[in-house]
Amino acid sequence: MDGASVDGGFIELERVEKVFDVRRRTGFLKSERRRVRAVDSISFTVARGEMVGYIGPNGAGKSTTIKMLTGILTPSGGRLRVAGIDPSRERTRLARRIGVVFGQRTTLWWDLPLIDSYRLMHRMYRIPDLRYRQNLDRCVELLELRGLLDVPVRQLSLGQRMRGDIAAALLHDPEVLYLDEPTIGLDVISKAKVRDFLRELNAERGTTVLLTTHDLQDIEQLCSRVMVIDHGRLMYDGPLAGLHEVGDSERTLVVDLERELPPIEVPPARVVRVEGSRQWLAFPASESAAPLVARVAAEYPLVDLSVREPDIEAVIAKMYAGQAGQAERAVS
Amino acid sequence: MGTGRLYAAVAAGGFRRYATYRTATAAGVFTNTVFGVILAYTYLALWHERPHLGGYDQAQALTYVWIGQALLVVVSVMGGGFEDELMERIRTGDIAIDLYRPADLQLWWLAGDLGRALFQLLARGVIPMAAGALLFPLALPTRPGTWLAFLVAVVLGTVVSFAIRFLIALTAFWLMDGAGVAQVSWITATFCSGMLLPLNVFPGVLGEIVRALPWASLIQAPADILLGAADPLTVYARQLLWAAALLTAGRLLQSAATRRVVVVGG
Repeated sequence: MDGASVDGGFIELERVEKVFDVRRRTGFLKSERRRVRAVDSISFTVARGEMVGYIGPNGAGKSTTIKMLTGILTPSGGRLRVAGIDPSRERTRLARRIGVVFGQRTTLWWDLPLIDSYRLMHRMYRIPDLRYRQNLDRCVELLELRGLLDVPVRQLSLGQRMRGDIAAALLHDPEVLYLDEPTIGLDVISKAKVRDFLRELNAERGTTVLLTTHDLQDIEQLCSRVMVIDHGRLMYDGPLAGLHEVGDSERTLVVDLERELPPIEVPPARVVRVEGSRQWLAFPASESAAPLVARVAAEYPLVDLSVREPDIEAVIAKMYAGQAGQAERAVS
Repeated sequence: MGTGRLYAAVAAGGFRRYATYRTATAAGVFTNTVFGVILAYTYLALWHERPHLGGYDQAQALTYVWIGQALLVVVSVMGGGFEDELMERIRTGDIAIDLYRPADLQLWWLAGDLGRALFQLLARGVIPMAAGALLFPLALPTRPGTWLAFLVAVVLGTVVSFAIRFLIALTAFWLMDGAGVAQVSWITATFCSGMLLPLNVFPGVLGEIVRALPWASLIQAPADILLGAADPLTVYARQLLWAAALLTAGRLLQSAATRRVVVVGG
């Protein structure tokens, strides 16, 4: 099979750039051209079968990267290959080997029963009849679509529609699946269903998955590797735990004590807030909460407690501030 | 082969999507029929004052009214086809989904629109025409061949209409809101297709011009064939010429437009 290059990279980006000319109106009949670097010299490699989280704030360049990977957009510079194919040159050939799910958009026929959209995929991707049947049966079972196939898409709930869209993207056995916010707006149960399915897909079929999300739990539960992009640049590429270290992120231990007390002392945690008998303690996300909890319980009259995880935005914001600080120090 | 089956599936989908809305279809049939009756009496008054206006006798003029009503939504004179949806997809950025598919954008929407047209022909074409034939003395042909020739012109007219509306829809890539352009297009089409009055009625140079424009392919061209007023091959040639020219223009605009996808939808 043609595809992965010698070094095993299935998706390869080498100093890829995308520059947009944005015209802004500055007055009547006057406008000003501005160059926007949506993606600024990004390089990474994803091996076949990997499941990678691709995260960053809104407007960071995530969707632009995905669009270049599908071939809808042509990079302004650099080299980009998916399965050995240059996406923008051979968009149609590549389309038969990739699947794309946009959480906020649908590929399904709004007015027609779900099954009609699947029949269309059957023709569009020229899926052999037997394989189509097997894949459909499998998706229907794992994504719990039985009973929904004859329902018009407009009558489906958001969670059902999302599962319907994921099935539509997988009927042709894509080698790589791009997911753009696949759990956005879903309730807890629907999120769990989608995540379970993706984990199984990756484990059983070895489908390479590139996942864009705002939900840190998506990443925690699915991806061993995470890439962070901001302002078009790759800020971090590695395991999720390492992201917390790089970003110096902190978890918060919220303790309810029997009575109002002065700020308690349990280093390395420090009290960041006191409100009546409740106190908030910040500690490094890379450390376990267990010894800390044990010490608080042993030394203070503890009633109740909870641990809050840092959210991805905060981690990235901190990381970004940290890098900017380093850069400043380097200059001065 | 595989490609043909894909677009056949898209066309079948287009047919069924419109078939879903039965109440809307029934309301549309009713409207077409009522509007046809009103227009028929207007034409009766006009042809009473000016017999043989545009070369039609009274029965032919009445027939022309009902051809117009039968084809109004089929060739989508006043919009209501795929273009609203396509413009909306461009505006919201959903167009990105259409673009990464292993299918051609223009052919995809053409297939869907032909499916729609077939449904509209059966539902909103046949019924008002039958009603018209019951209520008024029409000059309908008896030879099946003439009907067949008429249907070919209807298909070609739909393709020309699609090609125009595809161009209109793509302007949304630049304008974001294509509603204004679409409205201008419907008004132009209503006038220049022969929807209001047969184009033979228009005098002198104006008549020459409107008959040469692409919109004449929508209603005037099929009507000419059904009324036996024109040679089918000549009519087809003109329709094919316009279809080819406008589809090519659509293709050029499409490749210019897709380079802009970028900005749309982040």
